[in-house]
Amino acid sequence: MRQIHLRVFRIFISIAFLLLITSLFIDFREIIPMVWADRILFLQFVPSIIRFITIPALAAIGFIAILLLTALFGRVYCSVICPLGILQDVFAWISKKTHLIKRYKFKKALNYLRYPLLGLTLILVIFGSLFLLNLLDPYSIFGRIFSDIVRPGLIVLNNWIAAIFEKFNIYALSRQNLALITWRTVYIPGLMLVLIIWMSLYFGRLYCNAICPVGTLLGLLSRISMFKIKMNSETCTKCGKCSFACKSSCINVKTLDVDFSRCVACYNCISVCPEGSIRYEGFKHSVKKEIPMVKSKREFIGKTLLYGLALAGISKKSFAVEKKERPAGKIVNKKNHPVSPPGSISLAHFNDRCTACHLCVTICPTSVLQPSFLEYGFTGMMQPFMDYSVEYCNNECTKCGEVCPTGAILPLTVADKKLEQIGQVVFIKEKCIVYTDKTSCGSCSEHCPTQAVKMVPYENGLTIPETDNEICIGCGACEFACPVLPYTSIFVDGQAVHQVAKAPKQEELKVEEGDAFPF
Amino acid sequence: MKRRDFIINSMGFGVLTGAAISMGKFNELMAAESRPMALPYDLVAIKGGEAAAMFDKGIASLGGMKQFVKPNQSVVVKPNIGWDAAPERGSNTNPDLVARIVEHCKMAGAKTVYVFDNTCSEATRCYKMSGIEDAVKKAGGIMVSGKSESYYHAVDIPKGKRLKNAKVHELILESDVFINVPTLKSHGGSTLSVSMKNMMGVVWDREYWHSNDLHQCIADFPTFRTPDLNIVDAFRVLKRNGPRGVSVADVVTMKYQIIGKDIVAVDAASAKVFGLDPGKIKHIGLAEQAGVGSSNIDAMKVNRITMGA
Repeated sequence: MRQIHLRVFRIFISIAFLLLITSLFIDFREIIPMVWADRILFLQFVPSIIRFITIPALAAIGFIAILLLTALFGRVYCSVICPLGILQDVFAWISKKTHLIKRYKFKKALNYLRYPLLGLTLILVIFGSLFLLNLLDPYSIFGRIFSDIVRPGLIVLNNWIAAIFEKFNIYALSRQNLALITWRTVYIPGLMLVLIIWMSLYFGRLYCNAICPVGTLLGLLSRISMFKIKMNSETCTKCGKCSFACKSSCINVKTLDVDFSRCVACYNCISVCPEGSIRYEGFKHSVKKEIPMVKSKREFIGKTLLYGLALAGISKKSFAVEKKERPAGKIVNKKNHPVSPPGSISLAHFNDRCTACHLCVTICPTSVLQPSFLEYGFTGMMQPFMDYSVEYCNNECTKCGEVCPTGAILPLTVADKKLEQIGQVVFIKEKCIVYTDKTSCGSCSEHCPTQAVKMVPYENGLTIPETDNEICIGCGACEFACPVLPYTSIFVDGQAVHQVAKAPKQEELKVEEGDAFPF
Repeated sequence: MKRRDFIINSMGFGVLTGAAISMGKFNELMAAESRPMALPYDLVAIKGGEAAAMFDKGIASLGGMKQFVKPNQSVVVKPNIGWDAAPERGSNTNPDLVARIVEHCKMAGAKTVYVFDNTCSEATRCYKMSGIEDAVKKAGGIMVSGKSESYYHAVDIPKGKRLKNAKVHELILESDVFINVPTLKSHGGSTLSVSMKNMMGVVWDREYWHSNDLHQCIADFPTFRTPDLNIVDAFRVLKRNGPRGVSVADVVTMKYQIIGKDIVAVDAASAKVFGLDPGKIKHIGLAEQAGVGSSNIDAMKVNRITMGA
């Protein structure tokens, strides 16, 4: 392949990745097979690292592939694999097409911004908070933009089209319930999208080189990568075309230097150079730069060790959670813990691993998984939780664990899921309609899959709920169905560490059969 | 907005016309074309066969589906598809029965046959797991979603004691014929879930019923609209832990079916099949008081059919 074709090759692969990843995050009709998610997201850097720390398995070595790729060819990840990077290229392309900007210019690296941000992100990770990582990780930002903003938009569009078709008695496109989208934290991906659009329209890949912790980290590695973009001082006419085409603003035509820590390997420079004097070249051509490389190599090794230790810190964090008394009897329901999705083991496990990409939010067929606001505390913001005011967890479904790319939600078999106790039921009789109104209800028990909430005889032939936390799995059906609003008379308090419930008892039914009709 | 106005207006006119007819004995005028022949039985009870075969016998003894469905009419069939559960669990209506009903409607010349439910579990899974979606599609019916509030339109229920208004699925409001196909099962709140309880799945806001005297609301809704035909699937009966059930251990295969136009009579007969005194089920008594129908089965012409063996 001639190097001039590298750019076309890059565009082709990046569009494929963009379409595949986008389709995962907007799939509100459950069209895409679950097994695809793993394969499509295998190479996503941050999820892959976290998953590897959780379960060191072959399925989680995507980040090693990325590190190798970067060590060989520079930040190829940023140009063809990172969905946010590709999305920025789309905006940058629009910017060029609409003549919003005509050319890029060489700029100095914003080291005072990117390195502290990377450092701060890692320090917070060491201290057990993924807050900054979740806020800045490009894959997760992309996920949130598409899950929280684009997907609802598409649902609105779907409902319009469905309504038109229904006028002609075609019911194939059913309308979706927009009330299942809570919009509670939509402003966070919303602001991020605005920032991304502004930066990419006017400054190319500024986000990737000033803010993105993944970009900065890979930039440290790409300083010593085997292949780099090099300019040939003998044939270069210093026309500047390469620099004008550089989205990363990292080509200095005056000194014929390319700041490869910022280069996202888009190869635009190679394709625009009229002299063919800018090329992708290996070690053998870079003899004169050997000394600074040794320095940065040392720096790299030191930092890698530091970051490695830092990341190891994630898995070391203790799971110790206090057990508090249940708040039965209080009128305003106070939950001791939020409910984390089945398969997330414990709040600690979940909070330490979830990057809030919201893939599970998209995939959840009932929409019980909603982005959190302060349920997990400030630093857990946007990590999904089980919102029983919106829906309840489908007993037969295990999809969130199947798609979670970080291992924050681990896969469960349907049989295990049906016994996974993610919370326990709390019934406040004094608030129950049967008690206050002396009329029948039974909505909670009606929805309960295990009959941990069972209707038992009460006054005047009425029945009232009775709960059994040995068999309750905390699915939230009772809380969702309870008509006492806004603070339901029955609710689920999360388990800080998930437990295994007992299987519901099944006594044999006595069948008395008569031959005659009973009337 | 226009559509809603249209529906409200047309219902208003419908009520007026109905009132005029009932006062002025105009019904003889229309009898020749639009009214079906008098039914030979008030109630048909079948036992001992497969669900679809029992329906074949039962509907034949009433003079066939053409008694209820005229050529080119639109039909809405409302089974119970409330739960993400296989047919063996007895929490949803038997899919073979629903499919056979659709086939009979098509044979009677129905233009379209819609099937829907406002499910309790996630809708696409209920439609699929119940086996009803596949069966209905094969039979030539159309599955419609019940899971968006935009399908439901507000109506007044003037005779309702507690349920004064409700948002009702447009298929119930717009279709010519409404066939109710509940499954007989136990219910923690309403004691028993049969035809009247099944109609909770045609409204959007079920919580209102639960929080405003459930039995009264169940009895109020049929004062607004009674189905043109009720077919109770009591092939597999969820005897306890209903309406959802925990496992197949809650189910007894009874192989019964009750067919009738009078929703109160059908529910009373079903209660007896279940082994309960209809007088103990409050909404049956309340509906009878409101004049929806009669629970006095002894005074009715009942066709009892025993199949098999």
